[in-house]
Amino acid sequence: MPRPEDSLPPDLYYNDTTSAQYTTSSRIQSIQAQMTHRALSLLNLSAPSLILDVGCGSGLSGSILSSVPGSAGGPHTWIGLDISASMLGVALEREAEGDLFLADAGQGVPFRPGTFDAAISISAVQWLCNVESGTESAEGRLNRFFSGLYAALRRGGRAVCQFYPRDDRQKDLICGAAKRAGFGAGLLEDGVGTKQEKKYLVLTVGGGEIMGGDITGVVSGLEGVDVVDGRKGGKEGKRRNGKGVKSSKQWILQKKDRMERKGKVVKATSKYTGRKRKPVF
Amino acid sequence: MKILTLNFVTCARKACKASPAAFPLRPREAELEIVEQDINPLFVRNVLPRLEWDALREVCGELGLQQLPSTAPSPDDLFTTTPAAADTAMADAADAHEPRPSQLLRDLHTLLLETTMRSGKLVCGNCGHEYAVKEGIANFLLPSHLV
Repeated sequence: MPRPEDSLPPDLYYNDTTSAQYTTSSRIQSIQAQMTHRALSLLNLSAPSLILDVGCGSGLSGSILSSVPGSAGGPHTWIGLDISASMLGVALEREAEGDLFLADAGQGVPFRPGTFDAAISISAVQWLCNVESGTESAEGRLNRFFSGLYAALRRGGRAVCQFYPRDDRQKDLICGAAKRAGFGAGLLEDGVGTKQEKKYLVLTVGGGEIMGGDITGVVSGLEGVDVVDGRKGGKEGKRRNGKGVKSSKQWILQKKDRMERKGKVVKATSKYTGRKRKPVF
Repeated sequence: MKILTLNFVTCARKACKASPAAFPLRPREAELEIVEQDINPLFVRNVLPRLEWDALREVCGELGLQQLPSTAPSPDDLFTTTPAAADTAMADAADAHEPRPSQLLRDLHTLLLETTMRSGKLVCGNCGHEYAVKEGIANFLLPSHLV
């Protein structure tokens, strides 16, 4: 299936026709509802909260937030950001309960620090990797978004971003940007290996006392979740041989790894990487 | 846009982040509207400590709404345990001890959640940028030279 991100920028892609189609399609509605419920269970809110919806679109996920029953800690009040005016127009027609903002999340989150209890974002973050002009970069936009989000959430707050990364590089780029902003970050993958694979980026602000200071505590109450800890096991791996001899293959690989973690564009490693040349010259 | 939201939103420009004048945004030529909503006492109690009361007073003054007290109400004032005189007869003994929304909470609910800004402008006190509000939707898209 072609990715909509490849065809047009989000404000042009979601024009009046696409927005209406998107909102009325029962298939999309059920997928969105399913993902919003999953995100809500990850947020684990116990009281009526103020929630930021990044890329709220026509308010499909917002209407679920507003209709959470009192027994489950709702109903929540939400504020939505979206870059597509047409989508917001559809939201107005549907009489969305939340306040709507026409804003580009890649330009930051225009709220004062400690505003929100939680944030959700359903199928939106991958759009931030779209760059339309030469003056900005995907990394810059992601950094501005995540640092703005980090500031706008109160301490102990959580954010869940469901997104469709194009490939592993984009996934690492987004996760890396979130980690650099200061979030405790974990990636929850539903339906791995199937066509319905969904990735949720679970982010926490502080709140170490709630979950023993570890992001894996977020999923401790959920069933059927395997925890895979991808973090480096302490200092062992790094310290073995310092940095390696400069311009050796090991040194080059380490440097590439370092640059990748910084969010730079790094060429893929092949059998030619760091290979000795023939002594011709 | 709810008055509650006005108490949280700041100028989107990076240069204004550090300036105290960038918050609150000043409403201009505002057209207000009351949108009825179910009262949610727990939400008001949750959000009350997060409000910047002085900013709320300023914005209410500029919008020509009622004068607010100079200090923020404490969360204890939101609920009363003594039932109002009218429904004493109806309330049985167990119900009388249930915390019930006070008049203050009702007023706060009307002000923060039901009063909305339908159209107008929001002006940053630092850079003077005007954000247009149309049909309750604020336009916070910045041209690239202002980001």
